[in-house]
Amino acid sequence: MSLTYHVYDTDEMTPAEIYGQVLTKMGEERKEIVALTADLAKSTKIGKFGDKFPERFFNVGIAEQNLFGIGSGLALAGFTPFISTFAVFASLRAAEQVRTDICYQNVNCKIIATHSGTSFGQAGTTHHCTEDLAIMRSFANMTVIAPADGYETANAVVECIDYPGPVYIRIGRGFERTVYDNPEYGYEIGKAITMRDGGDITIIACGPCVLHAVEAAQTLKDNQGIEARVINMHTIKPLDKEAVLKAVNDTRRIVTAENHNILGGLGSAVAEVITEGGKSCRLKRLGLPDTFSSVGHPDDLLSYYKTDADSIVEAVSEMLGQEVEEDEDWEDEV
Amino acid sequence: MALSEEILSALNEKAWKNRRMAIKTMVWAGGGHAGGALSQVEILVLLYYHYMNVDPQNPDWEDRDRLVLSKGHGGVGYAPILADKGYFDEEQLKIFNHTHSPFGMHLDRLKVPGVDASTGSLGHGLSIAVGLALGARLKKKDWRTYCIMGDGECNEGSIWEAAMAASHYKLSNLTAFVDRNRMCIDGEVEKIMALEPFIDKWKSFGWNTLEVDGHDFNQLDDAIQNAFQNTDKPTVIIANTIKGKGVDYMENVAPWHYGGLDAENEEKALNSIDRAYGKA
Repeated sequence: MSLTYHVYDTDEMTPAEIYGQVLTKMGEERKEIVALTADLAKSTKIGKFGDKFPERFFNVGIAEQNLFGIGSGLALAGFTPFISTFAVFASLRAAEQVRTDICYQNVNCKIIATHSGTSFGQAGTTHHCTEDLAIMRSFANMTVIAPADGYETANAVVECIDYPGPVYIRIGRGFERTVYDNPEYGYEIGKAITMRDGGDITIIACGPCVLHAVEAAQTLKDNQGIEARVINMHTIKPLDKEAVLKAVNDTRRIVTAENHNILGGLGSAVAEVITEGGKSCRLKRLGLPDTFSSVGHPDDLLSYYKTDADSIVEAVSEMLGQEVEEDEDWEDEV
Repeated sequence: MALSEEILSALNEKAWKNRRMAIKTMVWAGGGHAGGALSQVEILVLLYYHYMNVDPQNPDWEDRDRLVLSKGHGGVGYAPILADKGYFDEEQLKIFNHTHSPFGMHLDRLKVPGVDASTGSLGHGLSIAVGLALGARLKKKDWRTYCIMGDGECNEGSIWEAAMAASHYKLSNLTAFVDRNRMCIDGEVEKIMALEPFIDKWKSFGWNTLEVDGHDFNQLDDAIQNAFQNTDKPTVIIANTIKGKGVDYMENVAPWHYGGLDAENEEKALNSIDRAYGKA
């Protein structure tokens, strides 16, 4: 289905607000949509849907296991539940309900997990979530999306309703700057977007790191004449393997950036594809180095964990100084 | 009102058959959750042969009543009922638990026709049932949702999250049963983690509560009738049962939560069941 986006002013609306509005708009046409949350209607903005369709909105209180169980039941009854809570509760507190009641039964639940990564900066590790990509990626049947900004969140929400089975959409707290200035850039679940082409190195990013990757590439070009390809890997699963293999072929050097533990998330997914592809390629994974997160302003934390534009520039420069083993048969085999 | 002699006799016949088939399926399966499969029999039989509006030829029929066997380990006793209802050929029970069989100890709704929710991990079913009951109300459908829990399962906190939600939403179209056989894997529920005062807990969570002999069809039937009369609360029926009911050497013996049966034990079990129904 298509929606009109220009009514939304992304300068003034957070990704969560945009998705709340988009979901509400979709709810008018799609009567099968129901929305659920666990005392986070305001924080996740899913309450917007509830304001418009109170009879199709369920706030189950602070009980996330029940939240996802009820969501499963509503899906089994023929509805398409959109379930929103903080990423840490969706992927950890209710992990088994998400796995067993939703993924195992392959029901049509769409999970919008907010405050992911370290986006809830000052709240600290109990409210950060740097494990969800790893967890959700390992659940069979689950599609995992980490949109770059509000427009992309809206696109993902619109696309996921007719995308079969469970979908996990991971967004931040909502104060992230936007990458896109309109939604018409050909968003498709499972299809990576090349933000800028380049043959020297590839930066693959997701979520808030996409903007930083784009900025880093510009800096690299301006200051050093380096042509860095930037890929917005908004879908972590199914991963766009072709885009990764093409980057390996064209640039032989890849830096990944994500607001997540470097174990199990985007970097790991990319590493798996590179390794199974069998071609030599340098890889540096930027993200939290298998540590619990610190407290601080989200922007400071992105920089502290080396996932902001400056850190990406640094990682790229370092990698360009490193050799990549040549593969004689490369051209024949691609 | 008491069930007629004719109905009672038909239900007893089904219960007898279900107990025998549960034992036989456990043998084909190489073992099974004997205790819980035998304690739940009257609840399942009454629901499937007297109450539930289902169409085995059309398992996904939208208007059907739903059942969530939250105590998913009862699968080895539940599957024979689904077979007897005609969802699939009884012969298929012979591959229960076999490699790549559609039937494992805990039934999978995507593989076994007639199963409304895949269960097995305890504490999940009541939330799913709440979602189904809410769904019926939203769709303005009058199908009912039934949920059967184990009593040990009620040690799970998620059961009480769901219990809170069911009464909050006034889900009178949801009828829950607790198969109160008083045993879990490691022994007696009350010794391991006490539930008493159990019925008071449900009452204080806002449920219409009833306590019956879970092997007495008339008492169970009265309780279900009572549930149907209630228009603003979900109903829980605490069904006092005996784990392993019908097989003398299994009754109230904790290790028979799960066990394997050799030929001798199988014969002893079937004979015991036959004697209990005056068939020996």
